[in-house]
Parts: sequence; C-alpha cells; structure tokens
Amino acid sequence: MSSPRKQIILGHYLGGVNHHTVWSDPAAGSQIAFSSFRHAAQAAERGKFDFFFLAEGLILRERLGQIFDQDIVGRPDTLPVLASLAAVTEHLGLVGTLNATFNEPYELARQLASLDHLSGGRAGWNVVTSFDAFTGQNFRRGGFLHRDDRYVRAEEFVALARQLWDSWAADAIVADAENGRFLRDAAAGTFRHSGRQFDVAGQFNVPRSPQGRPVVLQAGVSPQGRDFAAATADAIFSPYHELGPAQEYYRDIQARLVRAGRPPGSVKLLPGGTFILGDTEADAVERQREVARAQVSGRTAQILLETVWNRDLSGYDPDGPLPDIDPDPTGPPVIQGRARLAEDPFETVRTWRALAEANRYSLRDLAIRVFSHTEFVGTPTQIADRLDHFVQNDGSDGFILGSHVTPGGIDEFVDKVVPLLQERGSLRAEYSGTTLRDNLGLPPVPVAADRTPQGTPA
Amino acid sequence: MPEPDPLHLAVALDGAGWHPAAWREPSARPRELFSPGYWVDLVTEAERGLLDFVTFEDSLALQSSLLGGPDGRTDQVRGRLDAVLVAARVAPLTSRIGLVPATSVLHTEPFHLSKAIATLDYTSGGRAGWRVQAGRPAESPHFGRRDSPEITFDNLDTPEIQAFVAASFDEAADHVEVVRRLWDSWEDDAEIRDAATGRFVDRDKLHYIDFEGRWFSVRGPSITPRPPQGQPPVTALAHATIPYRLAARAADVVYVTPHDLDQVRAIVAEVRDEQDRAGRAGETLHVFADLVVVLDDTAEAAADRLGRLDGHLDAPAGSDAKTFAGTPAGLADLLLDWQAAGLTGYRLRPAVLPDDLTAITRRLAPELARRGRFRTEYRTTTLRGHLGLPRPASRYAAAAEQRIEVASS
Ligand SMILES: Cc1cc2nc3c(=O)[nH]c(=O)nc-3n(C[C@H](O)[C@H](O)[C@H](O)COP(=O)(O)O)c2cc1C
Repeated sequence: MSSPRKQIILGHYLGGVNHHTVWSDPAAGSQIAFSSFRHAAQAAERGKFDFFFLAEGLILRERLGQIFDQDIVGRPDTLPVLASLAAVTEHLGLVGTLNATFNEPYELARQLASLDHLSGGRAGWNVVTSFDAFTGQNFRRGGFLHRDDRYVRAEEFVALARQLWDSWAADAIVADAENGRFLRDAAAGTFRHSGRQFDVAGQFNVPRSPQGRPVVLQAGVSPQGRDFAAATADAIFSPYHELGPAQEYYRDIQARLVRAGRPPGSVKLLPGGTFILGDTEADAVERQREVARAQVSGRTAQILLETVWNRDLSGYDPDGPLPDIDPDPTGPPVIQGRARLAEDPFETVRTWRALAEANRYSLRDLAIRVFSHTEFVGTPTQIADRLDHFVQNDGSDGFILGSHVTPGGIDEFVDKVVPLLQERGSLRAEYSGTTLRDNLGLPPVPVAADRTPQGTPA
Repeated sequence: MPEPDPLHLAVALDGAGWHPAAWREPSARPRELFSPGYWVDLVTEAERGLLDFVTFEDSLALQSSLLGGPDGRTDQVRGRLDAVLVAARVAPLTSRIGLVPATSVLHTEPFHLSKAIATLDYTSGGRAGWRVQAGRPAESPHFGRRDSPEITFDNLDTPEIQAFVAASFDEAADHVEVVRRLWDSWEDDAEIRDAATGRFVDRDKLHYIDFEGRWFSVRGPSITPRPPQGQPPVTALAHATIPYRLAARAADVVYVTPHDLDQVRAIVAEVRDEQDRAGRAGETLHVFADLVVVLDDTAEAAADRLGRLDGHLDAPAGSDAKTFAGTPAGLADLLLDWQAAGLTGYRLRPAVLPDDLTAITRRLAPELARRGRFRTEYRTTTLRGHLGLPRPASRYAAAAEQRIEVASS
C-alpha cells in the first residue's frame, strides 16, 4: 500500500548571520531573544513542519581584518536553544548544525543523545565540515584540518558517535529496587575506537535515547560530501533549487546510496530556500525586488563580490560596471569566516561578466542576481504548486525554508501555503508519530544493532 | 543591632538524590531519570520553595565510587544527561530560580562553553550560572588527547599527584578567564541597528579577547552577544587549598565541605585570605557549605530513614560533605549557627529525591522565613539579583583606552 503522493518534508530555519536577513525591515525582531526562537518554532509546529533548523558559524566574519558590521550578527549556542525549544514544542524535530572539526565525539554525542532524551526523540544533527584555520583561532586546539581530511574526520566522527549511541542496550536500565539492581550489566556504555583521528576508549554515560540515534543530516556537495552523505546521512541539506540539476543530484545520490548498500530513498534530500508571497504574482515579484535591494546595498554588493575577487573592491561604484581587474585568489584573504564560494574564481568572474553584459547589470545588479536569490516567489497557490511539483517529480523530498524577516516571516507561509499543501494531501494534517524519525518517515533504528560492535574505519 | 543577613539557599540535583540507595526508595522515579518531566518537576518544586538556584551535576565519565575509573557496580544510578541541556530544557518552564549546570573543563572548549551558558542566560531570562569543575581522570581516555596519572584515595596526597592537581586547577582558572572575557567581548550596546549608516553592530564595541595562556589561546570575540546578566555567576566546589585558590580567583560562589563549626571558621578564613590575595577583597564571593540532608518529622525518624538507606549498602556511604539527618527545624538551627561563623549560604544535597527536596521547600524554607532569615517571595528576577551581585559593565567598555590598543593588536 503505497501512498499516492510523496509527503513533502518541511524544515524551518531561523535567520542566518548574513545579508539574507533584512534587519532593517520594520517587522524584524531580535536575532537573539529566546522569544524569537519560540515564535519561529511554534509557528513551524502549527504548520506541521517536520523540524526546526539552526545553522552554525563559529567566528565573526571579517573583511580586511575588520569585523563585518553590515549584516545581522550574534546568535545563540545551538544545543541549549534547541533544548529550551523542546520545552515549548511537542512534535517538531530539533536539528542543529554542529561542526565535526571543532568538537569532540564523546562530548557532542552525549549532548545530542541528551537532547534526544530531553525532547522525547526529536534531535537531529547537521554535520558540517568547515575546517579553516581562521575559525580555529577560537579553539584551544586550533583545529586546522587539511581540506582533504575534513570528511575523513567527519566520517570517523559520525561512526564513533554512532558507536557511542549504540553502546547502551535498550534494556540496560532495569531499576529493580527490590533486588538493588539498577544496571543490567556493569559494562553498559563500553566502547573502544582506534582510528586516524580518534583513539579513545571507556564508557559512554548517556543511556540509549528515544530514537536510538539522533537523525543525521549533511550539508556539502563535493564528491566526498556526496559519498559521505550516501554512506552515513539520513537527510541532506542541499543547494539545488532548479528542477533539472536537482533531479540530476537526486539520481546521483540514489546511485551512490545503492553503491553504499543502502536502499534508494533512505536519504531525504532537502534543498534550502526562501520565499516571498504576494496576493498576485506581480505583487510578489515587486516585493521580491524591494527585498533584494534591502538585502544587497551597494556596500554589501562590493563585499559579496570581494568573496570571489579576493580584492578590495570598495573603490568600485556599485552602480557602475563590474570591476575590470582579475580576481586574486592567491593574495591574502580579504574576507574571512565564510565558506569559500567559488572553486575557480576566474571561471566564476568570466560567467558573471557574460551575465552582466547580457543583462546590462551594474555591480550591484549582478550581486543581487547571484547572491539575493529568492527561490519561491508568487501567490500562495503558485508556491504550493511549485513545491509540490518539485517533490512529486523527485527534485527533492522537501525543503528547509527560511524567511528574510525573522522571526515572523514564516507565519505567512504557515497561514497561506500550508493549508493548500494539506488540501492536496502532500502535507500531514496532524502529526502521526512522536519522533523526528517518525516525522521524516525514516525507519526506526533497529534494536538488534544495540550490541553489534561497530567497525572502526581504517 | 544590625539585621542578620538573609541566608542563600541552593539545592544540588543529581540522579535520584545523593544517597547511593536513593533510587530504591518508594518515592523515587528511577526509570524517569532521563526524561524531561522528572527534571521539570524537581526544579518547579525548588522554585516553589523560593530557592536561589539549583545545580545540576555532570561529568564526562560514568559515575563511579572510585576516583580513578569505573567501579563496575550495578547497584547504583549510572548515566547522566548533559547538565547544560537539562537546565536549558527546564528554563522556559520556570521563571525565577537560578539554573547552574556543572561542566568539566579540561577536555572542553571555553568558546563553546561560554556561548552555551550565555544562551542558557538568554533562554532563562537571566537565570544562568555555571559550576566549573576540573573533571576526573576517567574522562581523559574518552578524549584520547592527554594522559592523566592514576589517582586513588591513597596516592592523593603525594607530591606528583598534588602537582598534577595544581596544574589542572590552573588550567581550569584559565578556562574560566576565557569564558568570562568572551561574555564581555560584546559590549551591551554593541548592537545598534543603524539603518542610516547600514550598520547592524558598532564594531568598536566588539572585542578580541586575545587570550594566550600556558595551555591554549583563544581569539574571540564570541559569536553570542553579551548575556542578560553580563556575567552569569561562576561557582566551584572546593575541598582544599588549591581549589579554594581557584574559587577565590575566578568564582562568585564557592561550595565548601566543613563538618563542624571549627572547620567552618578555618575554611572561611582560608577562602577569605585567598580572596584578598587574588586582589578581590572588595568583591562579593559567597561561601556556601554543602550538606547532604535527610529530613523527617523527628530526629529519630530521620536517623531511621538514613539507617534504612545505609542498610542497602555494603559499607556506609562515604561523602565529602557532612550528612545531616534530623528535623527541618534542627537543620535551620545548624544553618544559622554556621552562618554566624562566616558562611553566606548553603547548597543542600537532598539524600532522596523528591522527599528531601520537598522537606527543604515546604518545611525548611518556611521555617527560616518565620525566623526572618529567608525570603518570602522572590524580589529579583536574575540569579545575580538573588545573590546580591550587581550587574557588571563589560571589562572592555570600562577601559576605552585599552579598547583601541586591543582592537589594533
Ligand atoms: C546548504 C548548505 C548549508 C551549509 N550550512 C553550513 C553551516 O551552517 N555551517 C557551516 O559551518 N558550514 C555549512 N555548510 C558548509 C559545509 O558543511 C561544508 O563545509 C562545505 O560545503 C564544504 O564541503 P563540500 O566541499 O563537500 O561542499 C553548508 C553547506 C551547504 C551546501
């Protein structure tokens, strides 16, 4: 008995610390007050979303040695916010982005298992692999990794975390007061792992959590990232929004899954995206135009292009043409603390010049076009159609949606688009399970895995 | 005659209570120790009793009756949830009581810890605190980055072990210093949202902390703005000179473990002496005594209950802190006596949860209030407020000159 339609998976993320969030909007609220997070999470739960999602960045961004001052900045620590949100939500999954380079498996695995206990099985972990020495300055061990080693460490990290999560049998606690037996076996939590990144042994101290293992997401699109996801993840935060490339990516991941010995469909693909609604299409497009100009000021446009040029572009008129000089990828970094945006800056600049020429774009227009993309613009019906079409045609299994207005931007989506998706049977009317795994339609972690010692990656 | 100072009262929460056999009591909920409702109930009860704060125990190793490693026991509670996250889970469902999780610091990142406690301060509306602990040697193999010597109750006083302990506490002090600097690294008014100039923050009010110590260096600033309390209170448990020194340098509250009035006097004198030496003579440093408490209607009933609990053990329960078994009124007498010798408050460790917690909240606290020595309602909303600690300005805001120097270095 298969459902006639795929169910759309929905995540909601609350504002990143970047130009997408329009802090000057009169409706913009605090980026740090707990009330903002509670508002966004409760709205998502009202809309029967699968989960709430937080991104991570572990250092303030800098330009030429000065901290960015133009973007919204300052966010809370991911895990405590999610634990607090567990108190004010009931069904919503709680997914945190947490770095595998600047954390230690024993500590992070127990935090995630604790969150899973404290939320009744709603914890998820988006594994990211940022590895730069600039971020490492905030950490006692520095933490610089060679680019090629970022997934080596991430794979070993996740494998070890799973070993720790599996290290307590489901029935390890007997709590037999009469006979004075709390633990069935004094060896509960015993683990040993010896690998290139970690050489550890001992006893894990968090009993098996409601989901057995928190849900693992991955974000990263290189071939290594894709293989890592196919081998280990339950879901992927992907960057593909155009149906064609998204379908290609979808097929690629299914093929990698099969090669990794996992059934197709066992990893959920979830592109991120933002939306702008209007009463009419023209109205939405007009709103989008205004939002884009609010997101990308002339100053922000220069800075965004600097991430690719790696040159000081403050002398170039935002309303003038693109800088006529070549990028300088080997020079000292102009922008630090955000992910590298172009593998080959020369190629990127060539493409941009062509784009600017064809459309008569100014520097700022170009920046708006490439950095201020709103994926879903239209009336509620148009957006519902588009999301549904995308998922039913295997562009993805759902979306992780954000808004340029925090924390209230999601309300409009919940009030106007969600009922349309529910009407056509593509989104649940009520939650049917209690865990994040239930929400996502992932099979429960087999209890038989409890006692199986995990292989240690060579 | 000057009014006697009111007492500060905290309760230490851990598992089913502090007696190793607590989980076997009829009122215990040993199957719920890892469920959120259990913790919400306990903290809600503590808040009903108007307590200053609760602490949450934690460690990066399984509980053990031995200092060095696992003890292989199956007859006591084993397993713990992350204390910061338990506190965060409880925060939105309480409104006044302080929430003070413990963390071990020798294997963990001060950058992560600083934003975790700052965030708890946000989600609790200014009620976060922190208990810093050096941690146990059994934690080391879980991280595989450093070796710890074998420590037992027998070799604890040897020079090698004492040198190791001293280094651990120095490192812990560095950790606290980094955490505190990071809390200050955003001035309170750093966020300006100035649409006219397109600036969200005033970058002159964000500060590199540039900490460089013997064990690590951290640059900053934090990614989390300054927490509501500015500096959430830092607390530490201390049993000897080395940890007294850490507490005197770095803490707002130190928990000590005297067993009689003479020890109270001696310990308070030593802590105050270390405080002076740390150059903090004018600052508030609370000295709380830790006591394990077994409370009942009569002294005999309490002694019987303790006897029954001890009867489950192969040997009487050892404890660093004195165990008091008696009536709430008797405990009130003891608390006031010891307070007169220099303590400012207590961290009570209920032998059995919830029994001894409810005895504290429903009988001891009202008894002290009747004697005019404990609050009858919360008068402040933050943990610093409860403890009578003013909200400090950021150290970087205080030194505008230094600011230019730091920013340009
Ligand atoms: C959609 C998406 C979201 C990401 N979010 C974060 C994030 O919040 N924090 C972070 O440190 N890295 C984030 N990353 C970076 C990735 O974890 C990874 O470090 C980067 O993509 C390089 O890996 P790759 O070469 O496999 O793409 C994200 C990447 C993608 C594609």
